[in-house]
Amino acid sequence: MKRKLTELFAQTLMGLSLLVVIGSLALILGTVIWKGLPALNLAMLTQVPKGGYYLGKEGGILNAIVGSLYLAGGATLLAVVVSLPIALFLQLYANRSRWVQFARLSLDLLFGVPSIVYGAFGFTIMLFLGMRASLLGGILTLTLLELPIMVRGMDESIAMVPQALKESAYALGSTRLETSLKVIVRQTAPGLMTAILLAFGRGIGDAASVLFTAGYTDRLPTSLMDPVASLPLAVFFQLGTPFPAVQQRAYASALVLTVIVLLTSLISRGLTKRLEKHIVR
Amino acid sequence: MNTKIAIQNLNAYYGKEQALKGIEAQIPAGGITVIVGPSGCGKSTLLRCLNRLLEETNGVRVTGQVLLDGEDIYARKADVTEVRTRVGLLAPKPFPLPMSIYDNVSYGRRIHGLEKLERRNGRSLDRKVEQYLRAAGLWDEVKDRLHDPASGLSTGQQQRLCLARALAVEPEVLLCDEPTSALDPISAQRIEEQLKLLSAETTVVIVSHSLRQARRLADHIIFLWMGNLVESGPSAQMFSAPRDERTRAYLYGDIG
Repeated sequence: MKRKLTELFAQTLMGLSLLVVIGSLALILGTVIWKGLPALNLAMLTQVPKGGYYLGKEGGILNAIVGSLYLAGGATLLAVVVSLPIALFLQLYANRSRWVQFARLSLDLLFGVPSIVYGAFGFTIMLFLGMRASLLGGILTLTLLELPIMVRGMDESIAMVPQALKESAYALGSTRLETSLKVIVRQTAPGLMTAILLAFGRGIGDAASVLFTAGYTDRLPTSLMDPVASLPLAVFFQLGTPFPAVQQRAYASALVLTVIVLLTSLISRGLTKRLEKHIVR
Repeated sequence: MNTKIAIQNLNAYYGKEQALKGIEAQIPAGGITVIVGPSGCGKSTLLRCLNRLLEETNGVRVTGQVLLDGEDIYARKADVTEVRTRVGLLAPKPFPLPMSIYDNVSYGRRIHGLEKLERRNGRSLDRKVEQYLRAAGLWDEVKDRLHDPASGLSTGQQQRLCLARALAVEPEVLLCDEPTSALDPISAQRIEEQLKLLSAETTVVIVSHSLRQARRLADHIIFLWMGNLVESGPSAQMFSAPRDERTRAYLYGDIG
């Protein structure tokens, strides 16, 4: 009888915990849609802020949408270029050494560093180099922010590859590089994509690291050296005004940000589905 | 008898545990050599030394020499990918590469650049893929779905695909590590038939825990016992007149 009660208690606890998670997601989406949707219109998506926008006059947040896509897109691309070699190296070339354990520990520590610290670090480096807040500065800082989560995501996913599959490739006379690029990357494509998406999500949603490094502007960037706006900061600035109409636009901006992340996730999952059918279990 | 592989004073260690103790053996060119012995005697370890795949396992150390056509594959200047190209492997459990049936067979040819050669000769990769799928006895079952994922095949079909994939690299020696252990009897029989056909041109080395399989297939036998080589020789002699007491006991089912 007591064991049954314990079981029941445990199950209830698990169910409730799950409910908290799903409930929060529903509440967040609900709030953003409820408060943001009324303020969302075509002008918001297609125009940059005009004079008096932050007082409730005309304009939109195209500057922030474009800025965020450039920033997070650029940073994610750069991060992939750096992360994939690291993850493959950790798993296929040097899985035994102490340095690898140290590298993993460093990555985990880096993941724990708050994003404002990345922002401050990036800003210091930029001052040292004589750079001003710019798209490039923002992209580089976001790359640093995205790296740890992307590398560890890829690392974990490659760790799941059965030893026998690697040996199949080696036994055919594949070099490590051929095994990595032609077999491992294919086998782990969905896992790699998840790691990339997680990193993209972290990058596009982060306000603190781009505050000093990318700056903010009402204009669209025309070069890597121009400052750029971003959606998280658009939310922050608009929510900080005393005008309810502008505050509503902040929620609309948050809605746009959420939709971008959801769409990216859906599209890339659709793309990896095509590779998934080849995966060997 | 021409010797294809000469094993000289070969030792293998997993950490501190010694799995192979000073193995000395010859594997003749052509025909089927079967390595037999009770579980854990080092059969697979020995086999995986022959294409240097053992060193992919953590904490393994190998000493001694394995001469392939007289050249030591463990020599410092030996190229491990070349060794594995010349000495193919069929693993106990099939693991297709994560790609289509066609790509699985052509993979080895593509990475070794054999494809370009064929184009010059006017022979297409398609013909080669067909040739090796036929050689593995799989062609008729997959010819209409060559571009489907290999993971969709049954285990028996996957194992024959792995055989085709190994053959496509045109190895001089084919190592088979309990190649039928994961298969149903009919699939197992087909693999055995293909290996027999193959042994006319290629040196085949099989690890087997089944004495009946050894009896069916072997031209030569290597008998291992707890990491030691007990006896090796032509199978007819081994089965009719084993020299060593342990071999006799194993053959008659007293041990192992």
